Amino acid sequence: MRDHVRFWLGSSRQEVRGIAPTLTVLDWLRGPMRRSGTKEGCNEGDCGACTVVVVRPRAGGGLTWRAVNACIQLVGQLDGCLLLTVEDLAAADGTLHPVQQAMVDLHGSQCGFCTPGFVMSLFAMGRDMGRDGAAPDEAAIDDALAGNLCRCTGYAPIVRAGLASIAADDAWRAEAAAIEARLRALDDDEDVVVTSPAGRFSAPASVDALAETLLADPDATVLAGGTDVGLWITKQMRVLPHLVWVGRVAGFADITETADGLEIGASATYSDAMAALGALLPDMGELLRRLGSVQVRNAGTIGGNIANGSPIGDSPPALIAAGATLHLRRGDTRRSLPLEDFFIAYGRQDRAPGEFVERITVPRPAPGTRFRAYKVSKRFDQDITAVLGCYAITLDGGRVTAARIAHGGMAGTPKRATAAEAALIGRTWDADAVRAAQGALASDYMPLDDMRASAWYRLRVAQNLLVRLHAETTGQAPTRLVGAPELAHA
Amino acid sequence: MPDAIAERETSAEGGAHRSRRHESAHKHVTGAAAYINDLPEAPGLLHVALGLSTRAHARLVSIDLDPVRAVPGVVLVLTAGDLPGENDTSPVGKHDEPLLAEGHVAFHGQPIYAVAAETREAARRAARAARIVYEDLPAVLDIETALADPVLVTPGATMQRGDWAAALDAAPRRLSGTMAIGGQEHFYLEGQVALAEPGEDDEVRIWCSTQHPSETQHIVAHALGVASHAVTVEVRRMGGAFGGKETQANPFACLAAIVAKKTGRAAKLRLDRDDDMIVTGKRHEFVVRYDVGYDDDGRIHAVDMLYAARCGYSADLSGPVTDRALFHADNCYFYPAVRLRSLPLKTNTCSNTAFRGFGGPQGMLGGERVIEEVAFATGLDPLEVRRRNFYGIGERDLTPYCQTVEDNVIADVVDTLVARCDYAARRATIRAANAAAPLIVRGIALTPVKFGISFTATQFNQAAALVHIYTDGSIAVNHGGTEMGQGLHTKIAQVAVEELQVDAGSVRVTATTTGKVPNTSATAASSGADLNGKAVQAAVRTLKDRLVTFAAEQYGVPPDTVAFLPGRVRIGNQDVPFAALIRQAYFARVQLSATGFYKTPKIHWDRDAGRGRPFYYFAYGAACVEVAVDTLTGEYRIERADIVHDCGRSLNPAIDIGQIEGGFVQGAGWLTTEELVWDAAGRLRTHAPSTYKIPACGDRPRVFNVHLLDNAASHEDTIFRSKAVGEPPLMLGIAVLHALSDAVASVGGWRVCPRLDAPATPERVLRAIETLRA
Repeated sequence: MRDHVRFWLGSSRQEVRGIAPTLTVLDWLRGPMRRSGTKEGCNEGDCGACTVVVVRPRAGGGLTWRAVNACIQLVGQLDGCLLLTVEDLAAADGTLHPVQQAMVDLHGSQCGFCTPGFVMSLFAMGRDMGRDGAAPDEAAIDDALAGNLCRCTGYAPIVRAGLASIAADDAWRAEAAAIEARLRALDDDEDVVVTSPAGRFSAPASVDALAETLLADPDATVLAGGTDVGLWITKQMRVLPHLVWVGRVAGFADITETADGLEIGASATYSDAMAALGALLPDMGELLRRLGSVQVRNAGTIGGNIANGSPIGDSPPALIAAGATLHLRRGDTRRSLPLEDFFIAYGRQDRAPGEFVERITVPRPAPGTRFRAYKVSKRFDQDITAVLGCYAITLDGGRVTAARIAHGGMAGTPKRATAAEAALIGRTWDADAVRAAQGALASDYMPLDDMRASAWYRLRVAQNLLVRLHAETTGQAPTRLVGAPELAHA
Repeated sequence: MPDAIAERETSAEGGAHRSRRHESAHKHVTGAAAYINDLPEAPGLLHVALGLSTRAHARLVSIDLDPVRAVPGVVLVLTAGDLPGENDTSPVGKHDEPLLAEGHVAFHGQPIYAVAAETREAARRAARAARIVYEDLPAVLDIETALADPVLVTPGATMQRGDWAAALDAAPRRLSGTMAIGGQEHFYLEGQVALAEPGEDDEVRIWCSTQHPSETQHIVAHALGVASHAVTVEVRRMGGAFGGKETQANPFACLAAIVAKKTGRAAKLRLDRDDDMIVTGKRHEFVVRYDVGYDDDGRIHAVDMLYAARCGYSADLSGPVTDRALFHADNCYFYPAVRLRSLPLKTNTCSNTAFRGFGGPQGMLGGERVIEEVAFATGLDPLEVRRRNFYGIGERDLTPYCQTVEDNVIADVVDTLVARCDYAARRATIRAANAAAPLIVRGIALTPVKFGISFTATQFNQAAALVHIYTDGSIAVNHGGTEMGQGLHTKIAQVAVEELQVDAGSVRVTATTTGKVPNTSATAASSGADLNGKAVQAAVRTLKDRLVTFAAEQYGVPPDTVAFLPGRVRIGNQDVPFAALIRQAYFARVQLSATGFYKTPKIHWDRDAGRGRPFYYFAYGAACVEVAVDTLTGEYRIERADIVHDCGRSLNPAIDIGQIEGGFVQGAGWLTTEELVWDAAGRLRTHAPSTYKIPACGDRPRVFNVHLLDNAASHEDTIFRSKAVGEPPLMLGIAVLHALSDAVASVGGWRVCPRLDAPATPERVLRAIETLRA
């Protein structure tokens, strides 16, 4: 067992012990490390002013360079990585990184407070550009920067700077092999437990150790990406004496393609799973593109999105419509259940103390099945959903032979629209069927008013989205304002 | 790249009219630019957090602070009774804004107590721990409720001209309506923060993210019960402000200062984002009622409008904000007969404050709604209605407040834009295309802006500067303006460089401090470069005069043969390096430090009479926006925005284009996704970026063309004939609301004005669509 976390901060190797389990990366950087370039804008992972880059070895060779929000990452989660902040980018002689230079030359900063975050997001994006040789375009930059808010510039000069600099060569390209060697040298299979008077941060290295840890302390808080738990710390100021991080568990983030579909490990991040899920169900990929931001997707996990039982999480309704199965484990006992059965009521899930999500199975869609996921929110990017409508509708000769419809934002849990499904199955897929299903939705749900949307809007939109679904599955008229146009009629 | 950035590299290196980079750009991108929270913390520094009211309106029956004091690390707890000086931070002397609530609370989130602790976490934890007993009182939370029995925080204004009542009656056609306009959270990325260090005797030094260091100084002095000379306030830069740090920074500076003086330790108060959004004021929400007389040609004969504003629990700047709404109800349009009235309503919500445009955007939005109504009623293209009602040149040029519009270039601005954006052809194409695409429809609108430049309180239109030349030839410039990202210090440096023709690197604009330039005005009202640029120019010209006199004597040449050329000074027929001349001047005992002062000429304003010349000049612009709307969900995208804006002879085209792009997007956000929601208990529910949605990167227009008006030298003697650019571009965003309205109206065949209120959230857009369909 290791009593400390170890990682690299820029060019210095760090061994950190004796810290509070809830110490955030941002507070650690700005406090003891005296790195004040990383800013606190919101302390909830929504503005990106604290964006830093976490570098890890990629399975099968190479590195991943991922932008994350330092305000809701915990220091314990850094184990085994290279952490880069804005102070690390310029060369020793002061020469700016191409992204920094372009931001200067093209007037990408005004007040400058959000700027370090933008620089780090563009820098991280550029790493991927270098890897697959993709040319940057504005849509890709919009996605990369969806988690960085700027109140001064209107973004235009920042996008110009990104276009001008992202693909530029830099010193980091040459450095990559050395970094990878340095990081692989940190690999070990030790369980990590960092203790302090404020509590304990456990990072088991195997799933068996995880099961044991949670069995021994069923009240421990399971930590995956921290995009929710981070806010318990920074906003609710909850006392969390024992955090159990699943990010070190070997194989726990694996995504496996089988003949039947996909097996997604509980600690796979949205970013990890996006490509595979998008290949299986293209509109699931589009939904994930709009889930949170790059920073949130790089940290948050699909397992966590399910386990925390939020009624407004985006992945559960989509996975329910897709017919996903959830696999749970407690000690040595394993069980599986249809995902929709996991959500019992608002704030209550079918999870026993000490039990944890191990993986999710997403089946391959049956022939003739069209899958759609429509996220409706006040703002397109990085916004919590008002209504999420997800559909797997199987058509045979113009008739609906099967339908799975689930919504987010319409009830206290992610919930299937059983009446609407029943109204469709067996019917000709036409305007009358749409009207019948629209009527049935009113009996499926009694949504609430809140600051995101009124009950009226939620129900009306859920009903109207069936019109969009019909249009996309029967014709070619434009139906979407954002995303790749070909997804609409896939 | 916008063409103007490349085109205008014509003057001396680093001087006026050049697209110099932001003076801190290099530090911004490396993380080296220090904001208040980045400054080194003195040993023993205490962190301060605020205990907030959880009721909208209530008597404070009892406050039990023992649980607060019991939190480990707590050093000091302050309530109203513990304050050393005046318990008031009203910036306008109304004594209606206690630092800490006394006896009763007037809004949900009002600070009741402050905690100072060894760590910020301990302070934040303790600030939630008090046991407070309230006795609820009736709360007024919105404008409609307030209108039923209006209580004003400050007297309203009336501006009228002509026999408006008779003209309304006599007009061939008449219509009336109501428009609701939402408020706006500033969402400066750097939240409110103040750091205080105690000095000797009664002195205290404060670093504060404030747009108005002098006012912060004065209010801290009152709060401490000391003279202003004991208080020094400094700010190098802010991480955004937008009006939200004009008065709103003061209470936090006061509390940090009080803690510092009471404990003898440095103290920092930095609000968590949620507290910041809950406690501080925002852009005023308005309800506008309008009654307009017009004719079949779309010409307005008379207008009567009432602007009712939710001001919150105290006056703050609501008086001048609601005044400025009235000053802009005409926008670019001549009203032959007019009455405009404001009602600054008291409500049990946070005290609304300055926000870029300062009521002007809301005033203008009401005026533009009137135009839109007339266009729908007459069936004319709204742009044609706008043009027919534009102020004339030499006729039809009197505003409702009886200032003559002398510098009218709006027709030129709009004509230039119409040509550049191909308005007519695109409008026709969109109308045809909508008929064929039932689910996604498009809309287009072109709206103009005329914005009055000057503080309407005449006394604020003054500025001072202090310029030192050191014996090595380097120059330190200090002025009363503050840097919040708008590039003021960059422009000020350009003024000094232009005057002296020195190397750009030899001019440093230093942090703003009350110790160097006293009695300054807020950096607000778009006035920063206009006022402080002139003051710096005056100081530099004083120094130049001394140097010319000295050089002429020293070299025995006539003074008119001394000229400041790039990097050198021509004296008669020889060139002397600037630094060498400075050294010679020092040895000859020439004073190398000077102050400069400027006051805006020509302006005067009689509020009681409702007439005068409140504005030195007007800034103009226009935007054409095309949107796409999803008729099933009400979601929308800005597909394209074209802008032509008048910056006079721009001091720095790159910075001005940055202000225009950023202002447009901020204005678009105000009118679209930025929705403030209070619940029935008066609790703000949108108090973080997770719930309050400012535009993200992908929300900017997909095509975004910004052009500075050509040959646009200011009519007045402004600094190098440039024009103010801070606020006016925000109102270019009004075109987005009108484009959305145009798209929505297409659902009803453009027969009915959708009367789209702001913010036009997707929900509001869908409601408007479904209303038209019903």
